[in-house]
Amino acid sequence: MSRELNFLSQQVILGRLSRRDFLGRAAALGISIPVATSMLSSAALAASPVKGGSLRAGMQGGESTDSLDPALWTSQVQHSFGQSWGEALTNVSPEGDLVPRLAEEVHSSDDAREWTFKLRRGIQFHNGKEMDADDVVATLERHSDEDSQSGALGIMRGIESVRKTGNYEVVVTTTEANADLPFLLSDYHLMIQPNGGKDAPEAGIGTGPYRVVEFEPGVRQRAVRFENYWNPDEFGHADEIEILIINDTTSRMAALQSGQVDVVNRVEPSIVDRVANLSNVQVQSVSGRAHYVFVMHCDTAPFDNNDLRLALKYAMDREDMVNRILRGYGTIGNDFPINAAYPLFPEDIPQREFDLDRAAYHYRRSGHDGPVVLRTSEVAFPGAVDAAQLFQQSAAQAGIDIEVRREPGDGYWSEVWNAQPFCASYWSGRPTQDQMYSTAYISNADWNDTRFKRDDFDQLARQARGELDEARRQEMYRDMGLMVRDEGGLILPMFNDYIEATSDRVQGWTPHPMGEMMSGYALSRLWLSA
Amino acid sequence: MNSLIARLIAQRLALGISLLFAVSMLIFAGTQILPGDVAQSILGQGATPEALANIRRELGLDQPAWQRYLSWLGGILQGDLGTALSNNRDIAESLGRRVNNTLFLAFWTAVVAVPLAILLGLVAVRYQNRWPDRLISGSTLTAISLPEFFIGYLLIYFFAVQLNWFPSVASVHDRMNLGERLHAIALPAATLTLVILAHMMRMTRAAILNVMQSAYIETAELKGLRSLLIIWRHAFPNAVSPVVNVVMINLAFLVVGVVVVEVIFVYPGMGQYLIDHVSKRDIPVVQAVCLIFAAVYIGLNMIADLVSILSNPRLRHPK
Repeated sequence: MSRELNFLSQQVILGRLSRRDFLGRAAALGISIPVATSMLSSAALAASPVKGGSLRAGMQGGESTDSLDPALWTSQVQHSFGQSWGEALTNVSPEGDLVPRLAEEVHSSDDAREWTFKLRRGIQFHNGKEMDADDVVATLERHSDEDSQSGALGIMRGIESVRKTGNYEVVVTTTEANADLPFLLSDYHLMIQPNGGKDAPEAGIGTGPYRVVEFEPGVRQRAVRFENYWNPDEFGHADEIEILIINDTTSRMAALQSGQVDVVNRVEPSIVDRVANLSNVQVQSVSGRAHYVFVMHCDTAPFDNNDLRLALKYAMDREDMVNRILRGYGTIGNDFPINAAYPLFPEDIPQREFDLDRAAYHYRRSGHDGPVVLRTSEVAFPGAVDAAQLFQQSAAQAGIDIEVRREPGDGYWSEVWNAQPFCASYWSGRPTQDQMYSTAYISNADWNDTRFKRDDFDQLARQARGELDEARRQEMYRDMGLMVRDEGGLILPMFNDYIEATSDRVQGWTPHPMGEMMSGYALSRLWLSA
Repeated sequence: MNSLIARLIAQRLALGISLLFAVSMLIFAGTQILPGDVAQSILGQGATPEALANIRRELGLDQPAWQRYLSWLGGILQGDLGTALSNNRDIAESLGRRVNNTLFLAFWTAVVAVPLAILLGLVAVRYQNRWPDRLISGSTLTAISLPEFFIGYLLIYFFAVQLNWFPSVASVHDRMNLGERLHAIALPAATLTLVILAHMMRMTRAAILNVMQSAYIETAELKGLRSLLIIWRHAFPNAVSPVVNVVMINLAFLVVGVVVVEVIFVYPGMGQYLIDHVSKRDIPVVQAVCLIFAAVYIGLNMIADLVSILSNPRLRHPK
């Protein structure tokens, strides 16, 4: 067996190579897949988790206005802390597969409208109560309530009823066929709480591997290992976890470097090369689903003209954006919001190139004259002002005059985004393609920030949602992707990587394309080397 | 004499309190003028007219402004600052913790900075225009010229990252004892000291030099007293009044103006708390914090006034 393969399996353990990449490269070395997978598991065994110690993370994205009520979570700090003390019915693996968590089995009726969740038995909440179907029903009810202000309300609107059919069995009926439902219930807002959190939404009581002991919003959040946790082999290795909110980038790096924290999130692309050179620090990056965009309203002049939209799309130099704005820590986009990190990604959609001739051609055909106003702001995404200026320059080469207007960060999300016809913005990913499209691309979506309103698209989305045959479904997603790419108002130059850094003490990092900090599992899955 | 002082203090206190009332009215009026009402900012984009009406009724926003002002004021007088709109936490409780932290940092910075500034001022006068004076003036002026975040980063780089003497994260918490707390705040306190030192030192130096021209100082010199003694016993008491004013302004700065240092050192003080809530339009919190800031300013200036008056017989017995 080659040394290269050993090296590769080490890389998987260190999280530098995804499992799929490993299998691909192993195949290239001439090793059959069953052998390759068993090598992988033995390497994983060699680096088995060590219990104990105190794991500290320094994170950006916490405010003193944060709450422990899962319904109100919006930031990555709440996401990461929440995943440590709470658990949802399901999880999604880095490969995009459904993984059971509090539900041990999920199956659907043939029409994909009735979903039965069999719950695990003998699971305890931190307050000693045993979790049963009542708690699950109550949780889902609470988040369905229009007054709850829950971040999961959009998901819950598709649910018609939630019924208890046994002490450990819950049936969820959707308003229309939805093959993604179990994925949607992995949403981090939907942490199962005793009686659904109806009595005390902010109590911070869940079933997770850690028990909240200190919650000072915007300052620190601390939790200790829950003694009666049901799955200690997989989760909850450190005795104690703590998140320090360090919003200043320089301070966050200094804290990591001086050993006051073991993990930091949001390493900025502009400094990542220098961080990588530090002796005691590892940079962890994963290409995820988040993307930086410029959005045009398809129903507002002059953007109601598809030729103008295409002209702008062809005038975008994507490679240059990835190199300059993301310093290479990202991948180019193709003007539809899905990439290979999603299950059922349509692989054969051709990449849109930077093509000045075509841009000029479509611009002439659009008959548009005069400057096109593009609004941007520092808060739209890191580097958004620079990106707008780069876009301005590349468009000028095709004879398109973009006027960049810099807006104040305060009020950008209420006054500019989703209000003005052309502006910079960002999206983080969603668990499934359907969820991404339903959030922002179907006609009546709350956040249809491109005003993309097409009946045939909506219908296709509905059909795909109910389609249990994966090949047919993938085909539908291909058609939807093409529609958005060729006729939508989305210019998607780049998918940005999540870049984090860990100290030498930390082990067990596995990249997860779903979100920051191993999609929130970092604190409960990492361990400290002895 | 004692009754005179008591009357003076009572007078100033009454003045301060009425000023605070006026400020509370200004704060309340100011937050009313802000664009968008509270109900709108709570509900955000998803606001429906009936939900807006519900929340307005719940918060009493349908009542006239003067009525709301009176009930707000009434609550404050009973120590009830209300609850934060953004996360439903009791303001008095979460703010109290922050106020304590801010005062803790301000207090220990002052304990170091004020005596140090005055001492350096005295030394600068003693060696006026010679190398100690030049060194002191030069270095303190350099420190005040650098932006405070830069001083902070420099200290972090040398003392936290390179030497590992002090933590770069000054996040204090309940489980720390006094020694640990002091160790944690060493770097932010040092940064703030460097920021405020020059101002107080220069004022001490200037005020004393002013007095040093007087005839009675010359007499003291002719008596053969040692120069530091002259400065300390004879010149300084007459220079107290301007120095105290500058000291108080700097102390007020330590309480209300240290957001940047709080952010760099991750110190859980009031500044960051205020900013987070301003961006969420969390008006009750903003009002409460502003009121505390106003009270600090008024209180410290009142103390400065009292000290100036007591230290100066001419002001003590106005004609």
